[in-house]
Amino acid sequence: MTQESAYPWREEGATPFISIRNITKRFGNFTAVDDISLDIYKGELFGLLGGSGCGKTTLLRMLAGFESPTSGSIIIDGADMTQVPPYERPVNMMFQSYALFPHMSVEKNIAYGLKRDGVARDEVKERVADMLAMVELSDFGKRKPRQLSGGQRQRVALARALVKRPKVLLLDEPLAALDKRLREQTQFELMNIQDRTGVTFVVVTHDQEEAMTLSTRIAVMDAGRFMQIGEPAEIYENPATKYIANFIGSANLLPVTIGGKSNAVYEVLHEPSQTGFTVSSDKALKSGEEFTLALRPEKILIDKSPLTDYENQITGIVREIAYLGKLSTYRVETPLGITLEVTAPNQVRPKGTGHRIEWDDEVYLGWNADSAILLKD
Amino acid sequence: MSGSTLGNWLQTRWQSIVAGIPFIWLLVFFLVPFFIVLKISLAESLIASPPFSKLLDWGDGGLPSLNISIDNYAYLWEDSLYVRTYLNSIKIALICTVLCLLIGYPMAYAIVRSQGTTRYILLLLIILPFWTSFLLRVYAWMGLLADQGTLNSFLMWLGVIEKPIRLLYSQFAVYVGIVYSYLPFMILPLYANMEKLDTSLQEAAADLGAKPVAGFFTVTLPLTAPGILAGSLLVFIPATGEFVIPDLLGGGNVLMIGRILFNEFNSNHDWPVASAVAIALLIVLVVPMMLYHKVQAAEARRES
Repeated sequence: MTQESAYPWREEGATPFISIRNITKRFGNFTAVDDISLDIYKGELFGLLGGSGCGKTTLLRMLAGFESPTSGSIIIDGADMTQVPPYERPVNMMFQSYALFPHMSVEKNIAYGLKRDGVARDEVKERVADMLAMVELSDFGKRKPRQLSGGQRQRVALARALVKRPKVLLLDEPLAALDKRLREQTQFELMNIQDRTGVTFVVVTHDQEEAMTLSTRIAVMDAGRFMQIGEPAEIYENPATKYIANFIGSANLLPVTIGGKSNAVYEVLHEPSQTGFTVSSDKALKSGEEFTLALRPEKILIDKSPLTDYENQITGIVREIAYLGKLSTYRVETPLGITLEVTAPNQVRPKGTGHRIEWDDEVYLGWNADSAILLKD
Repeated sequence: MSGSTLGNWLQTRWQSIVAGIPFIWLLVFFLVPFFIVLKISLAESLIASPPFSKLLDWGDGGLPSLNISIDNYAYLWEDSLYVRTYLNSIKIALICTVLCLLIGYPMAYAIVRSQGTTRYILLLLIILPFWTSFLLRVYAWMGLLADQGTLNSFLMWLGVIEKPIRLLYSQFAVYVGIVYSYLPFMILPLYANMEKLDTSLQEAAADLGAKPVAGFFTVTLPLTAPGILAGSLLVFIPATGEFVIPDLLGGGNVLMIGRILFNEFNSNHDWPVASAVAIALLIVLVVPMMLYHKVQAAEARRES
């Protein structure tokens, strides 16, 4: 047996665990999922990211078996699941509302799936106890769901979905109902549990930060299609479109025209202000073609004294400051006629007032050719 | 009293006034008549006007003596006709309740599961019969079930039967009438209960490996139990005391307590026995009603 790679999707010819092939789902005239294909590998924590109505929940419900696709097929671990009813799929789901049975105790909720499978009573008891220990709710087995806090209910839902040792666990907005602090803590718990159980997770979320933290890979969805599939860093650093550049993190966008090229570095021109920049790109771009230059706020250096070491330098006047503690975001008015967003860490504890960048200060901005990327759409 | 003080008085007292109106209503139209009936049930039958003995008798010495007799209740117990009739009423009401549940549950479920306009049209169809008088609807059933009625004519036209079969004035007609009349009282509370049911619970059951039948018995049925109980009581209680349906559709062939009460009062002019019949019926029905309240209170506690 070959050693399983930590990044199977990077390898040529690796066998996918879940294979979604040309799936389309229509509700009347509305196409919720539009002819998409996707391979998910064993042990992945795959994130489906998109705004409401993008089709991510419909796709998840098709994986669970609650909706059947209009066309296409779903293969899980080599078996065609397209027409298999939910109660016969090796897949369990954690619902957004948790869907805990209100008339059953926590123990009975968790035991429910095992009892349906006819698991022996002693084994049910043991596995329920194991699950309760895993989610740290051993003392709460006799309680009813309504007697638990939101975070505890979330953990019961997770235990109930994992107790049957499914091949795939589907999570519909698993953290949406929790407050911020609990959400961050639970994110790491989820990753931990996924790591320990080795179950393949598919997580639907609308929260890009959550998707970035949790996922091995992310599929960004819009209007029933995938806009980009990749590792979080890949999507962040190389967004495929302007929409993704803005949806995941934020980006300064400048319309530019391609000029000359030397060593994979292109000269580009911002025509309204007749300002030239340099941008590196592996792609072969034609001179005169129009592109959008995308530049992340944290990739721009901001200083009160002139910069020398950067390939692209402009000046500007600070119009707005958002102080966030560990970092600050500045909105800088530039001679380009565009306000650039710049983020800088607050590395130095300011002494007095002279050091700090203030409102209406004149500042110098700089970035290198490989900090920006060129996008077509 | 000047206008402003009246205004002030209303402002401070409006809550007690609003709460007091139903209280007074119940006092005047339920509690007082109840005690009058109770009083008559404890009297003796007389051929006089009114046809019962007085509660207080002013004797020769000017001292009042209390005339209370439980003979009427003893009579109800001793004459097997009454006991049989009570049991028969309860039996008919129970069977009708079960039939209403078996018919109404899938109907309520289908309404909850239907979408948008269809749902409101279906609900409207359930409520629509109330726009016609109850009595008229029962008369309509007489027309349908009579020997020369619609149903027999239709069956004869089809050639299924050669001569009319006896439908009207039978036990069968009473069951049809009661189930038909009380079905909405089963469906509406079930609908209200099922509407609150989160469909993701049924999906969760399926997801965890429950086949549809298992999912129904372990999740849907227990969670709709309050609706089942409410609907059952709303059918059972009035069906037990039903008078019009057994009288019009059952003729003399179906013994129900409502008919006996009517006979005692109208034909026999025995007001005290009629009153005792009514009080005994009330006691028979109070037990399930108390049960209903207990369950309702428990549910309210659970939801809070």
